Amino acid sequence: MKTFNYHSAKDVKEASKLSSSKSAFLAGGMTTLPSMKLGLASYNDLINLKNIKNLSGIKVSGKTIKIGSTTKHAEVSQSKEVKKAIPSLAALAEGIGDPQVRNRGTIGGSIANNDPAADYPSACIALNAVIHTNERKIEAEKFFKGMFETALKTGEIIEAVEFEIPKKSNYQKYPNPASRYAIVGVYVAECKSGVNVAVTGAKSCVYNDKNLSSALSKNFSSSAIDGIEISSSGMNSDIHASAEYRANMVKVFTKKAVEAC
Amino acid sequence: MASLVGSRVERKEDKKLLTGRGKYTADVTFAHQTYAYFVRSPHARAEIKKVDISKAEKSSGVVAVLTGKDIVNDKIGGLIAGWRIKSEDGSDMKVPAHPPLASETVNYVGDHVAVVIAESLDEARNAAELVKVDYKVLKAVVDTADAMKSDQIYKDIPKNLCFDWLLGDRAKVKEAFDKADKIIKIDLINNRVIPNAMEPRAANADYNPSTEEITLYTTSQNPHLARIIISAFNGVAPENKLRVIAPDVGGGFGSKIYPYAEEVVCSWAAKKIERPIKWVADRTESFLSDCHGRDHVTHAELAVKNDGTFLGFKNETIANIGAYASVFGTVTPTYLFGPCATGVYKMPAAYTNVKAVYTNTAPVDAYRGAGRPEATYTIETLVDKAARELGIDPAEIRMKNFPTQFPFQQTLVHSVDSGDYVAGLNKAIEAADYKGFEKRKRESEAKGKLRGIGLCTYFEACGIAPSPVVMMLGCGIGLWESAEVRFNPTGNVTVFTGSHSHGQGHDTTFAQIAADQLGVPIENIEISHGDTDKGPFGYGTYGSRSLTVGGTAIVKACDKIIAKGKRVAAKMLEASEDDIEFKNGEFVVAKSNKKKTIGEIAFACYLPGTYGEVKSPLPEGEEPGLKETSFFDPVNFSFPAGSHICEVEVNPDTGETAVVKYTAIDDFGTIINPLVVEGQVHGGLVQGIGQALYENCHYDQSGQLVTASYMDYTMPRADNFPDFNLGFTCTPATSNPLGTKGCGEAGAIAAPPAVMNAVMNAIGTEISMPATAEKVWKACKENKKTNSKAA
Amino acid sequence: MIKIELEVNGKKIQKEIPDHTLLSTFLREHINLTGTHVGCDTSQCGACVVHVDGKSLKSCTALAADLNGSKVTTIEGLASNGKLHPMQEAFKKLHGLQCGFCTPGMVMSVIDLLKQNKNPSDKEIRDWLEGNICRCTGYQNIVAAVKEAAAKM
Repeated sequence: MKTFNYHSAKDVKEASKLSSSKSAFLAGGMTTLPSMKLGLASYNDLINLKNIKNLSGIKVSGKTIKIGSTTKHAEVSQSKEVKKAIPSLAALAEGIGDPQVRNRGTIGGSIANNDPAADYPSACIALNAVIHTNERKIEAEKFFKGMFETALKTGEIIEAVEFEIPKKSNYQKYPNPASRYAIVGVYVAECKSGVNVAVTGAKSCVYNDKNLSSALSKNFSSSAIDGIEISSSGMNSDIHASAEYRANMVKVFTKKAVEAC
Repeated sequence: MASLVGSRVERKEDKKLLTGRGKYTADVTFAHQTYAYFVRSPHARAEIKKVDISKAEKSSGVVAVLTGKDIVNDKIGGLIAGWRIKSEDGSDMKVPAHPPLASETVNYVGDHVAVVIAESLDEARNAAELVKVDYKVLKAVVDTADAMKSDQIYKDIPKNLCFDWLLGDRAKVKEAFDKADKIIKIDLINNRVIPNAMEPRAANADYNPSTEEITLYTTSQNPHLARIIISAFNGVAPENKLRVIAPDVGGGFGSKIYPYAEEVVCSWAAKKIERPIKWVADRTESFLSDCHGRDHVTHAELAVKNDGTFLGFKNETIANIGAYASVFGTVTPTYLFGPCATGVYKMPAAYTNVKAVYTNTAPVDAYRGAGRPEATYTIETLVDKAARELGIDPAEIRMKNFPTQFPFQQTLVHSVDSGDYVAGLNKAIEAADYKGFEKRKRESEAKGKLRGIGLCTYFEACGIAPSPVVMMLGCGIGLWESAEVRFNPTGNVTVFTGSHSHGQGHDTTFAQIAADQLGVPIENIEISHGDTDKGPFGYGTYGSRSLTVGGTAIVKACDKIIAKGKRVAAKMLEASEDDIEFKNGEFVVAKSNKKKTIGEIAFACYLPGTYGEVKSPLPEGEEPGLKETSFFDPVNFSFPAGSHICEVEVNPDTGETAVVKYTAIDDFGTIINPLVVEGQVHGGLVQGIGQALYENCHYDQSGQLVTASYMDYTMPRADNFPDFNLGFTCTPATSNPLGTKGCGEAGAIAAPPAVMNAVMNAIGTEISMPATAEKVWKACKENKKTNSKAA
Repeated sequence: MIKIELEVNGKKIQKEIPDHTLLSTFLREHINLTGTHVGCDTSQCGACVVHVDGKSLKSCTALAADLNGSKVTTIEGLASNGKLHPMQEAFKKLHGLQCGFCTPGMVMSVIDLLKQNKNPSDKEIRDWLEGNICRCTGYQNIVAAVKEAAAKM
């Protein structure tokens, strides 16, 4: 690994000030550190956010759950409040990586990285999340821009993610047998505004499948999507799964998620 | 004292390994240590135009940068192929030069071009980025099936063909086929896999300018072989000035049998710079540069009568041996493959033809089972197909063709000394509740799942091997094994073995054997291996040979100890040697209560005198000391066999396939330690099932390795498996006094066809390994289409 | 360079280390605790698992600097006064290890499992082991050892 200067920021302001085009924030490091070890990334500065107070924690208000950005996956998966309000979100967190990743990786880190096969972005889309940063609030639909790309600007730091508590929801993932990231993950949620079907792993960036969403908004049953053809165009194709297979899995897993709701 | 052979003795080596006190090569650090980082080819095939090291040499902390030119200047020899194979036309195999650092061409991604040695690993790595290599990139040859039709990689090797080898009789096979009622044909790919011992390869070489001796710590299954190759072929140092130590080694599975370029380079360079050099592979380097396994394309045919009797077998295989011929790379697809390809059956006529081809991929060498998994996969999927086409139950067709008389002269090479295949399959059928399958299938169907059952009955030839036989077949070395049993004066024992444990549990199993032979408590016996300066020369651990060959050497050495002990006891007890019996650690004069313990005898051998008088307990002419050596050369291979039955459940909507039930009944002859043997079977099964369902080495068309990390190469994990149901039958081997046959490779040999036969039984379509979810899903979808058309 | 203070296996340690030092490097190279192994570069094999403040993590994917002030337990710190931890005993009794390379991480990982789930099922154990790869044992005896230890602990 190439050397860098390590900083542990006291507060968001300091962290933001330290950042530059050649820095990265460290919120767990589950992707950042392996990428650096493999020589795929290098930075002059790594700015640790973990020691900033108030960035971690889970708060439930009437209609939403707000999760601080440095809250670890294990904390979300084991949280009684989350399990009660949005069980599918706790289950999603329980399925991220392995136990050691869950003990270290954070929700903010996952979302900021926006890996096309990560789990949390699908929860954000499905649960109409609002991403709170030190500068603004961003709706999930506008946050995830493309592969490993978000609306975050240099120096902008996620402080919390606020999820709508849905009427019902479920997340189903077919993991890559090697990496265990999602080959396809489908998060179905019936929210106030209608049903969302957020899909991760299938394309270069998480997305809300409008056809599936609107069919399920009209009739929330797995048979409601029987007639819908999922196009494989734009879907990822690699040694683990062809676009055609992913398209099939989107449908199969949407049905599975609906049935499990 | 109760016999320890057959007992579930807890392993002696576990305490250190469980408390973090194991010592692996990467854990060894010398004073004034330097660190090596290799510059590797990013191209699958290229000419090296120029290597510019000027910037790297000036980089911070750099001690030396060495290239292929230095190798040439110092006359360091190339890496070798250890087994010379002749083609059907009598010509010798063709082997390209394989220098430890390339100076003219590079032939796979990861090929070694230069080494940077620096004060720290970071500095070595940073400087390696500054080594500028000008390549002329050439079109890579990647595909096994097309290799002979592709661009020629080496000037002197037409069609990229290493050899075109035949075992068997084509004319006889033709006769048999002419008489057949039916010919069953199959086309198979035996997928390339990557061994992935959990400990990445490593080397740490130290040079002592005073004694002019190199000490090389390395991750080896076979330190003596490493020494002789690095000395005699690479010419780094004479054997007596090269000490090779393979300390704790974290798994090998074949990939660590022989030295690689890195060990040669570190040893040579350590002498050059007169400082210790440590190299530890990162996982990506392991993926790129460890030798891979399997990689066959096979067309096979079986001639049968309508009643299921086998008449003849032919096997046409293309074996990809990668960019260079590795040490066991040429024997694996020939003598370890061909003879076993007729399976565990009476087969009146057979031949195996193998064309070994070079490609621009990592060299392919022995991987757990080495040749025998490929052979078993071929015949066992073919036999299942025959059963399907003839409408005979898969168990029945196998039973029908089993030999029942032993010794059994197998069609192509082997004389199988013992076995009872009928009993094995019957036991498996019962243990697996074969007859209850239809009920379980209906239960699975009720859940929307397809269920399949698959059999594999196998035999294999291991315990390698009789030296005159293997040398006649082209092996460059003998394959005997050594043991030295050394009594210490106070009565405890050190046993030196030339084989090597890297997980197999020699420290325990071998001690059990010595304890039984000598009547010494197991805690007083130490097994020593892995250091060429300590024990006698030996041939290491692979081919399920350690116990059968190395264990027998221990028995033989113990016999010599006891023989001497008898002579000494006779003198001490004033009895005739013929009247001395040795039992439970005591030399007893027949029909008397006069006796000496073996400890007393050892003591007397080392302190042969009495205070105050000239008197020796030793017979006249007997040398003092109690230490004996044996070099055991087996008279035959050993032939483990077994019957495995696998059940899978397939989700037709997703193609996900799960092994839900697995029964393995094996005949390993005598079992010394069932705890260890069961562990070996479990591990082999997971590797075999891994190959069938998950693992696949993938190179793209330009020769880049796509599966170069655990992100892309599917390692079998705990949640992929159920508990396995194991059982044993026992027909002791007659070719060694222990009656053992070897157990290390069985799982990896039997599992792939058992699993694939189950998958094909579930979905009703032939598919290739690995049966990934997508492949299975596609097959299910095709079936649905076909079925609806038919309806 | 950065100054850190850690408590490792009950001993306070102060060191000045390069900023980019991983915990695994710190343990192996700086304080010679070579029982923690490194088997991959992508945070998957789990040979490097140690406990930090009582929880398991992969030491190859954590900066030592980030753990300043923490309590670290490695495989070397499990046995006390020569007496093996019940998990180590169970692995020995049931042959839950062969080559021993993945073993330190494996043992540290499953001890964390039993902290969270005193009586895990086979499935729960196998699921938990997602982050630990073993090439030798086929996992079966590891699962058995965890159950044995759970019964004893």
